[in-house]
Amino acid sequence: MERNIITINENELTFESGETILEVAQRNKIDIPTLCHLKNTIPTTTCRICLVEVKGESDLVESCATKAKQDMIILTESSKVIKARQKNISKLLASGNHNCAIRDFDTNDWTSFQLSVLKSDGKEDLCPVWGDCELQDLAYRYQVKTRGMPLNECKYETERANPFIIRDFSRCILCGRCVKACREIQVNNAIEFGYSGKDLKIIAKNDAVLKDSDCVFCGECIQVCPVGALVPDKVFRDGRFTDTKKVRTTCAFCGVGCQIDLFVQNNKIVKIDGADINLAPNNASLCVKGRFGYEFVASPERLTKPLIKKDGKQVEASWDEALDLVAQKLGSIKKEFGPDSLGFLTSARITNEDNYVAQKFTRAVLKTNNIDHCARL
Amino acid sequence: MTNTIADIETSDLILVIGSNTTENHPVLSSFVKRAVLKGKKLYVIDPRRVKLTDHADKWLRPSPGTDIALINGMMHIIIKEELHDKDFIENRTENFEALKEIVETYTPEYVENITGIKAADIIEIARQFAKASVASILYCMGITQHTCGTNNVKSLANLSMLCGHLGKPGGGVNPLRGQNNVQGACDMGGLPNVFTAYQLVSNDEARNNYEKAWNVTGMSATPGIPVTEMIHKAFEGELKSLFIIGENPLVSDPDLNHVRKALANLDFFVVQDIFQTETTKIADVVLPAACFAEKDGTFTNTERRVQRVRKAVKPPGEAKQDWEILCKIAKRMGYEMSYENSQDIFKEIASVTPSYKGITWDRIDKIGIHWPCPDETHEGTPILHTTQFTRGKGLFHAIDHTPPAEEPDEKYPYILTTGRVLYHYHTGTMTMKTDGLNMLSPECFVEISSADAQRLGLDTGSMVDVSSRRGKISAKLKVSSKAVDGTIFIPFHFAKAAANELTNAKLDPTAKIPEFKVCAIKLEPATA
Repeated sequence: MERNIITINENELTFESGETILEVAQRNKIDIPTLCHLKNTIPTTTCRICLVEVKGESDLVESCATKAKQDMIILTESSKVIKARQKNISKLLASGNHNCAIRDFDTNDWTSFQLSVLKSDGKEDLCPVWGDCELQDLAYRYQVKTRGMPLNECKYETERANPFIIRDFSRCILCGRCVKACREIQVNNAIEFGYSGKDLKIIAKNDAVLKDSDCVFCGECIQVCPVGALVPDKVFRDGRFTDTKKVRTTCAFCGVGCQIDLFVQNNKIVKIDGADINLAPNNASLCVKGRFGYEFVASPERLTKPLIKKDGKQVEASWDEALDLVAQKLGSIKKEFGPDSLGFLTSARITNEDNYVAQKFTRAVLKTNNIDHCARL
Repeated sequence: MTNTIADIETSDLILVIGSNTTENHPVLSSFVKRAVLKGKKLYVIDPRRVKLTDHADKWLRPSPGTDIALINGMMHIIIKEELHDKDFIENRTENFEALKEIVETYTPEYVENITGIKAADIIEIARQFAKASVASILYCMGITQHTCGTNNVKSLANLSMLCGHLGKPGGGVNPLRGQNNVQGACDMGGLPNVFTAYQLVSNDEARNNYEKAWNVTGMSATPGIPVTEMIHKAFEGELKSLFIIGENPLVSDPDLNHVRKALANLDFFVVQDIFQTETTKIADVVLPAACFAEKDGTFTNTERRVQRVRKAVKPPGEAKQDWEILCKIAKRMGYEMSYENSQDIFKEIASVTPSYKGITWDRIDKIGIHWPCPDETHEGTPILHTTQFTRGKGLFHAIDHTPPAEEPDEKYPYILTTGRVLYHYHTGTMTMKTDGLNMLSPECFVEISSADAQRLGLDTGSMVDVSSRRGKISAKLKVSSKAVDGTIFIPFHFAKAAANELTNAKLDPTAKIPEFKVCAIKLEPATA
């Protein structure tokens, strides 16, 4: 009888037929780093970071694309593995504009380093995902020094023509996660690998800018990008977001009820991400409204005070004045014309708790069943 | 939805009817598109060549308002070819003979005549639907917003029951709810005829239980009137006061001219909202409310999953929680209604709502639960009707096709159908505050086929006057491959050229839903 057991770093683990080494590891919370793998998509093996050593095999194997086989003995951090990862990380760093502080500079060199950063960057800040970059993390983790490595000139200009999304090709490591997200998760089929060889680039159809393409700005590509190649335009407008608080909640657009994480700084939402990839109903996917349509929350146009119409004009009033007036008017109309002369429209946008109180108010206080909402509209 | 969203991907065949899923439920549409990637069949039935048709095995295009004829036509074939699920019909349903009798006349040729869909396509989809091991029906307002909306839905239920595709994974009859908490607002009794969990107000026992729970007497046993009738009553002067939370009927309701006059006729008009809208502007009192990101509470999604809403930021200025405002008014009217917090309210909801009884905020902290959830050990009900229907046996309804209330004629030769675009939400009060969304969808447009545009001698960008018997708007023409000759689409989001100036306020007699999806209009080059 098949045992369906493999050994990873001396841990005996069961696997289901068809599972890859990476999947077994992830299920058991064993960290195998990868920059190109995206759950629920077909592996591309472009980054070659998830290499592991399998006893009895002369070459390292890609754990994302190698199926677990009975009695396999796997090492995920052997010296051979580490060396290979260092080499591949180094290649990725050299492939583009990765001018973060992973370069092995010394204090004397700081000024010239910054100057070179500014020169090549054309702006006053470092990479917008500095400190939140999977490649940078790995470079630290595996102590990959890039001193002396020339900053690679990118032939493609940063695309800033779009709402919401900035595409900086100089930082793109061509891992292909965005393409997978677009074609296999969201199935919007807007982007793909274009050109070839040294010219390889992630493009929309005919290499159009996103806003003139089939892109629907769901932003799934930003969410999966491991580096700073795809970033929300807010990062550039409002500066870096540090000390943000993360709050899990439910999206307020449409009835799908996507689970979202609000990132809050100084009482303001600065970013929204899809919640956990394992969490229904959306498995971390979002649409353009859910991801980017939050500016209404902090809009200066929000109503902040009660208004009462006086002499045909609405003027600000205190809560007491407004509530007294509402209670008095509803009471007198009810008395004079009967409860059914009153109507109440509750809302499909407010919470269950709000709705419950609204119908209780209508039925128990106004004593009418004239309550409805915009379900039909 | 009878089934879950995740369930869609496990279906063998998906039938999407009257739903522009990629624009109105984008994340849900990805489940449909992924199913297709995995080799599942997809049929899309819609008067427009919506984006989802790109992913479909076939797009069937009925004339607007002819869905019953199409569905009856499918059932005609299924019964004639003995493809129906005889065991399911025998054990789980009743009234099959009446259905059989009525669909008898709906031959493919007869249906082709009404719907404009080729007889061969009707036969193909009927066979595929019946032969699928399990098929899921997804529908939206293209089905419901008709004077025959209720019958459209019943017809879909007929079709699903006929093939035994109900009560199992990957199947079901699945309405996609449009707004974030439309399911919850209905569950909570935000309807004229029911308390929470659809307990009838006319039922003495239910009403007595509520009177006891709420410590009141003399609650009305007479069902109230729905929003669409409230507008009529206000127009006629019978409804004196209206209190609205978070709605903008002066953009979203049919026949705006009528709505405007009706609201102006009120003695007292209160609107509680987060922004000034077309509607708040004419109110006697406007009360500032907190928005979703400023609230603790729950929403219930389209798959009946009760999920947490959490406060992330403070409300602006003096804006308050919606429930808190109502409690304060109640107190001033002599009824003590107070809660420590929103969770307190939820506990009361669970105590009076059988389908929510087993749900607590603790239980849904990580992941939501599908109602019905009758007790705290129950895991919720992802799939409905697995062993029996709510009434016991599933009832087949024998339904005949009825034409829309207003059809094109010489004076108003085009059909108008309204709907939404990806980048905006309802009347745009929220989405139009984000520049990027406005950039992607800046203004109203009149979607037209290239042949129709040519006939009018106009092209994309031309300003046109669009008029119906009720009103007139001007907007830019947009020639699109989505449009079919004779049918015009206009999104209703935009107050400046509000499609609802044109729409017909004729209602479905049961659901009281307006016929937004069909009315007659004419187009002319703009005069101004």
